Amino acid sequence: MLQAGEWAYSETLKDHFMNPKNILQGENTDDFDGVGMEGNLQCGDQMMVVIKVDKEKEVITDCQWKTYGCASAIASTSILSEMVKGRTLDQAFHISPKEVAQALGGLPDHKIHCSVLGDKALRAAINNYYTRNGQEDKVKQEQAKVICQCMSITDHDIEDAVLEGARTYFELQERTKLGTVCGQCKDEAEVLLEKFKHIHFGV
Amino acid sequence: MADMKVYFDNNATTPLHPEVKKEMIAAMEMFGNPSSMHAYGREARANVEHARRKVADFIGATEKEIVFVGSGSEANNTVLSLFVCGSSQCIPGSKMRSSIITTKIEHPCVLETSECLGHRGVRVKYLDVDRYGKVDLDQLAGMLGDDVGLVSIMMANNEIGTLQDIETIAKMVHESGALMHTDAVQAVGKIPVDVRLLGVDFLTISAHKIYGPKGIGALFVKRGVPYCPLIRGGHQELGRRAGTENTLGILGLGKAVEMRAQEMPEEEDRLLELKHILRNGIEESIDDIHFNGHPTDALASTLNVSFAGVEGEAILLYLDIEGIAVSTGSACASGSLDPSHVLLATGVDAELAHGSIRFSMGRESSRQEVDYLLNVLPKIIKRIRNMSTAYIKGGLHAASR
Repeated sequence: MLQAGEWAYSETLKDHFMNPKNILQGENTDDFDGVGMEGNLQCGDQMMVVIKVDKEKEVITDCQWKTYGCASAIASTSILSEMVKGRTLDQAFHISPKEVAQALGGLPDHKIHCSVLGDKALRAAINNYYTRNGQEDKVKQEQAKVICQCMSITDHDIEDAVLEGARTYFELQERTKLGTVCGQCKDEAEVLLEKFKHIHFGV
Repeated sequence: MADMKVYFDNNATTPLHPEVKKEMIAAMEMFGNPSSMHAYGREARANVEHARRKVADFIGATEKEIVFVGSGSEANNTVLSLFVCGSSQCIPGSKMRSSIITTKIEHPCVLETSECLGHRGVRVKYLDVDRYGKVDLDQLAGMLGDDVGLVSIMMANNEIGTLQDIETIAKMVHESGALMHTDAVQAVGKIPVDVRLLGVDFLTISAHKIYGPKGIGALFVKRGVPYCPLIRGGHQELGRRAGTENTLGILGLGKAVEMRAQEMPEEEDRLLELKHILRNGIEESIDDIHFNGHPTDALASTLNVSFAGVEGEAILLYLDIEGIAVSTGSACASGSLDPSHVLLATGVDAELAHGSIRFSMGRESSRQEVDYLLNVLPKIIKRIRNMSTAYIKGGLHAASR
């Protein structure tokens, strides 16, 4: 008979879960140049990312974090904190959840949404750095575009639904209630559905 | 590697009792079809009926009232599906009494079946529970009426262990003219269950929760109570469940209840003592915790605890690394985005539901195992809290530090 199976996670993820890197020790964030937090405890995931920045080069020199969440949430913030060191603020800003998942050796489908908050928190920390340093012009807002007017569903909502497992238009509707009133947004929503499936899952 | 192996997930499933294993290994030679008239068949039939007698005796039923089924889930599906029939052919008056009542803390096999029945025209009413997981009897009284055909309420909850007063509930249900079902999968073999004392019409049993094999359960159907099979097309089980009998499983279940009858009486005090030690130990060594379920009216084996500021899957996996097996009510472990429906129904907030851990002990659980757990757990909680956002400056639980 087969022995106990491997975890649902890759060895890399397991290693980052068992030996997380760069955990912020204590509560003090005063020594850091940018602080960002995303998520909440009610939903089961919350991540805080803090960064130190070389102001001349605009390069991230240190990145630490705190995470409330499951194993993949903990591991994805841990690996993200390793990935960003030495990157410019602009490069770090564009790290995608897919990159994080790939670095972890892949994530089970229903765990992808756990890795999304880390890069969101990182972007919040970078924006926080810009704000503190009088560079408000560089703060990049993630502009959401309303796709379904009736139910007020944005492209971000569609992306989140895809990350949480929606693969068909019907599943998208089940999760978001998008297109359940007038139905005029169906074509645009289907294009975005395919786009996010491609970006995050390569399908 | 972990120093010890501790299995504290007995509400999920249990290891085979050594006596059950012996019985089943011997039964593997017995391949006859119980329906056959020749010697092979007669041998199988005799053994199946012997097992049926043991199951019936164990819950105070008669042999003809026991239907062997494939699982507890199948038994529950069978009972609920009685009330979806468009005709009153099998269940007299079922068209008139087309509502069913159940609770918000049932096993998914009852809740999802109820939801499906709702789509097929059955009206389903859900009972609330209080903060300990007890159903509201006044609310039940208000819901019962001429329209209700069936009430299905679990006897012991799998997640928090809370017991319901099925005897009182069954009386109320019968006074209103409805039938009473209880999912007793977590109760049978752990506390005394007598179908006559309880007064129920249907009762669900599962073998693998009581050191028997997986893939076999039993449904008690009170004599004279209307019935309609879920799986049709055979005369087996007196026409109440088609399909050649799972002889191996049935013999395993028979042996499992036989062993329960011998071992259960002395076990409860021992498990209560262990739970007491576990509960006190956690309380003394870890702050910001919340015990879920009824403090006294609950299974002796089950302790459900929420740890503020930590997520359950992380606790479960760190414990797994230390050789300790438990369950969690967190969303992450379920593959959905919602934490335990049972805990939410008791009014526990979502964060504490995400941070809940169920310890369910069994016949093999020991003081040594509890002590090992109490040694490991506080360090794990401390470690996770150290990396949690809940305790940072301005965090949700910062004030408690």
